[in-house]
Parts: sequence; structure tokens; C-alpha cells
Amino acid sequence: MTTAPPKKLSLKERYTLMTRDLAWDTTYQPMSKVYPQVGYEGIKIHDWNRWEDPFRLTMDAYWKYQAEKERKLYAILDAFNQNNGHLTVTDARYINVLKLYLGSTPPLELMAARGFTNMGRQMVGAGPRVACLMQAVDEYRHFQTQIHSVSNYNKYYNGLDEFAHQQSRMWYLSDGKSFFDDAITAGPFEFMVAIGFAFEYVLTNILFVPFISGAAYNGDLAAMTVGFSAQSDEARHMTLGLECIKFLLEQDPDNLPIVQRWIDKWTWRGTRKLGAVGMMMDYMLPKRIMSFKEAWEIYFEQNGSALFNDLARYGIKVPACFSQTVVEKEHVSHQSWIGFYMKSRAMSFHTWVPGPEELDWLSEKYPNTFDRFYRPTLEHWDKMEKQGKRFVNNTQPMNCQCCLNTIKYNEPDDPMSTCFRESVYKGEKFHFCSDHCKAIFDHEPEKYVQAYISSHQALQGNCAPEGVDVTANDFDPARYMNDFWRLDPRATGDFNGSDDQKNFAAWRAQATTN
Amino acid sequence: MSVASIGPYEFESRDSLRHFNGKQLLYVNWEKHRMFSRPFVLALRPETPFSVLLEKYIPEAYAFHPDFPRIDWTQVIWQNSSMRFVPEPGKTLAENGIGHKDLIRFTTPGLDGLNGSGY
Repeated sequence: MTTAPPKKLSLKERYTLMTRDLAWDTTYQPMSKVYPQVGYEGIKIHDWNRWEDPFRLTMDAYWKYQAEKERKLYAILDAFNQNNGHLTVTDARYINVLKLYLGSTPPLELMAARGFTNMGRQMVGAGPRVACLMQAVDEYRHFQTQIHSVSNYNKYYNGLDEFAHQQSRMWYLSDGKSFFDDAITAGPFEFMVAIGFAFEYVLTNILFVPFISGAAYNGDLAAMTVGFSAQSDEARHMTLGLECIKFLLEQDPDNLPIVQRWIDKWTWRGTRKLGAVGMMMDYMLPKRIMSFKEAWEIYFEQNGSALFNDLARYGIKVPACFSQTVVEKEHVSHQSWIGFYMKSRAMSFHTWVPGPEELDWLSEKYPNTFDRFYRPTLEHWDKMEKQGKRFVNNTQPMNCQCCLNTIKYNEPDDPMSTCFRESVYKGEKFHFCSDHCKAIFDHEPEKYVQAYISSHQALQGNCAPEGVDVTANDFDPARYMNDFWRLDPRATGDFNGSDDQKNFAAWRAQATTN
Repeated sequence: MSVASIGPYEFESRDSLRHFNGKQLLYVNWEKHRMFSRPFVLALRPETPFSVLLEKYIPEAYAFHPDFPRIDWTQVIWQNSSMRFVPEPGKTLAENGIGHKDLIRFTTPGLDGLNGSGY
């Protein structure tokens, strides 16, 4: 008996069989009980089948592509590690970019994985469910590859080993944690707009400039490859985020004001998260790519404007914060570096005063602001350090109740004055860094009153070891914080005089001299 | 507005007064001296005299700045958030009208930071 070989399926048939054909509508239970989260945010969906799958990727093809990426990535990581690639970077100061980036990002990738796993469960349509599932696996992959990238550096440099413990406790990690906690505890559509659109689409380029290009410019082949491997997934994520926005807006006109509010909120929250990225670009990369201001102009003002022009036909307006971010691009990186420099004993990476030619670079890149507002402080600190009086601020910070950044940004119309905003909710005062953070709080105060503010936790006595009388008048919580954070003392303080600086110089000398 | 949720959504503030063991939070900021980046926070009993701020906490926090020894304390302008007030150092925080999570801002006329930079 002869049988004809089975006909090879077309891509379209294959896609249909492996995604939408796998789904069914329930009959014993109402669909609203099976998918309980898609209704309560007020978003109206009439036809899930109108969701266009941007990539028409099936799971078998996905595994094949991703496996190939992993093979290439780990081959390069192994080669880099075996050849002491860490000694090829421009300067040991560069390692501090990795400490900050890779010390804060992997747990956030994990949160993104959890969020998209939930989306894969909650979305009613099979198309978005499959796309969210793949993105969840991607995010989990980024989480893992970043930790692999950390592991090699962790053998040689201080401060990389406790990122998981520090994520929920450390003062300067709380803005990122808060960002993802806010998103993942929102409804499924807000999560998609927050992470899929505002973060992945509008802001992700700025995030990757200092990381991937910064790594490439500074001789770090390993981090560069990790970054490129992740970025190849981001193209898919960005398309998913944009598709989601268009789908929501096409389904019902009532969705527009809700989506607009989410875009306003999450573009602002993302902007606040990027203050530290600006500081990496302008201060921490020994060999700089471009200024944060230039990156903001290209990736947010120009590309973002083009995107919002495109969405204008749905009635979407540029985010409410747009004009404020344009003013702030001249300031945020400097204000962030000042905030971190002075707190060097409570951080797991080093800070320093830039060298004279670096100060000149900043003057050139920031002609409107640097010499006027920031250079005098940096030069004063340099002078004091040379007299053995390196500046350390031992006080505890005040934080924004919404974004969790320390309250360190200026009034939009006055760079010399700190911006303060406040609200009273149920008789209690809450403080904010900006009008936009106050507006986010005022819309959902029940959510943000739960914020974990590190300095307040310390003052409540929640960070001291058992046996300490936290009610005593002279209780000094600062004494216990570095142990609570599991902060390696070798990782703290100025870069000048650090173990990293000495070791890097010694190891490099071994490679080039007898 | 209130939060959209699938069920009752009611949580206590994590920083309400009762969590501070009889103390209250107080934020302090020296205006136009942004070298210190942000205000600092203390937990103090409401019966603490205001003078403790002047004698202990403010000097400890701000003495590093070259403007600090040049402050004429008789000219300092005090605000509780945006409201101006004249503190009475011998009286307590409570008697000076300072409550939980209040923000004390002080301005030192003629002193605007290094080179008048606000820092």
C-alpha cells in the first residue's frame, strides 16, 4: 500500500492550527468567570478575533529561533570569560555601570516574565495569549542571561552578589521595584500599556543605548552580546505593545480616555526610571556614546513625536509630561549623579568626580546648564576630596510617594529650587517629586499609600536586628542599614582608592609587563 | 478617584503615625543648597524642642557647605511646606504646629549656594 506523503502545511495553516485553533469558548461556565480580569478596568472588547498577530510566530518556530540565539550568546560569553575579557574594558570605572544595570535589571525582567505569564492567562483571545506567552519566556531568558553575565564579573569585582536580596530593600532600587509592582498589580490592559507600550515601545531605546552601545564603546563584548541578544526579542515586544494599543483603540471609543491616562502615567513613570540611565551615559561610561540630552532628543522627542503623530488618528495625544521631560533633559543626569555621589557609603557601586576633560565634555554637551548649576559643586567636591574631606551625606532621604525616587528634581521653571508637591489622604500627608507623580497618586491613593520607603522602614525599626530597642529616644537606624542590605563594604565609597581600582590596575599590569 | 479592582481594596498607609513608636516623621530642607540633593528625614517625638533641630540635626546635616558658617540665623525664613511661620526654639514641635510628615523648608537670604548656583 502506498500513501502520499502528508502535504506540508503552509505557514498560515500552521499558524492557525497552533494558535487560534487551540482555543475554544467555554459552555459549562460563562467566559466572564473564566477570564475574570478583562472587564474591571472599564476596557470594552467586542471582537477578540480582530487582534492582528504581528509576527504569526508558532511555538515550535519560537523555540528554534531562541535556541539558536542562546547557542551564539553562550559561545561568546564563554570565549570572553576564558580570555579574561573583563580586562579589555576601557577603565575599571566602567564596571560600575554593570553593577548598577545588572544589579537592578534582572529582578525587573523576572517581574516582566511574571506579568506576561499572567497576561497569557487573562487575555481572552488566543492570538494575544500566545504572543504574551512568548514574551514571558523572552523576559525569563533576559533575566537568566543577565545573571550569567554578572556571574563572571562577580568573580573579580565587589558589589554584584546580593542583587536579589537588595531588590526589595535597597533605597535606590525601590524606584524600579515600584514601577513593576505598580504594573503587575494593575489590570491586564493597563499592564500591557505600561510595559508593552510605554516602556518597551516608547522608552526602551534610551534604556539600551547606555547598556548595549555603552558596552560596545567600552570594550565589553560580553554585556554587548547579552544586550543584542535581548534586543532581538525587543523588536517583537515593541510590535506587540503597539498592536495592543491599536487593538484597544479600535475596539471601542470609550477606551480612549482610559488608554490616554495610562499612556500619560506610564510615560512619566518610565521617564523617572530613566534618570539613573542618564547618569550612566553622562558620568559613568568612561568612553561616552552621546549625552543623555542628545539621546532624549533622538529617541523620545523625535521618534516619540513621530509615534504619537501616528496615533493621533485614534485621538491619542502626546503624553501630558512631554514638555516637562524636554525641560528636564538638561538636568536629570547631573541631579542623579549628585544624589548618588554623596551617598556612596550606602550603595553597592562606586562614584567619583569626573576628570577635567570629562567636565569639559559635560560643559560642551550641556551649554545651558552645566557650568551654571553643576560644575561648581563637582569642582568643590574634587577640591575637598584632595584635602581628605570627600563629601558624604549621612542623613536619610525623603522620597516621592509615587515613583520612590528621592525628592531631588527641580521646579520645572527654577533649577535652583527643589520641586515639592503634596496631597492629604485620610488625614495623612503624602509628598511627591512632581505634578505628574501627584496626579498618579491622586487617582489611586489606596494603591500608593502602601509604598515601601526604605528610610521610613528604617525609622520604624523594621531594619534593625532583633534585640535592639527601636522605641528608644536615641535609636539610630542608620547603624544597622548596611547589614540589613548585606552591603559589601568593599563595594562602597569613592572609586578612588577602591579594591576594584587597585585590582584592575594590577591585573592589567600582569598582562602587559614582566 | 479610587482604584479599579476586582474586589474590596482597602489597605492601611505603610507610614501612618502609629508605626513610628510614639515619634513622627519630619523632613528638613535647606533651600537653594541642592548639593545635599534632597531633604533629610527624622523620626522625633512631638514633645521634642524645636531647638534640637537648630543645635543638632541641621548643623550635622549641613555643616559641610561653605555657606553654613555664614548663615545669619536671625534672617532665616522658615516654611512648613508652603506656609511661612516663625518657629519658637524653646517650644516643642507640636507647639510649633509641626505634625507627622511635615516638611520644614528654610531659606537663607543672600546665600544661594556655590557661585549662586543653588547648590
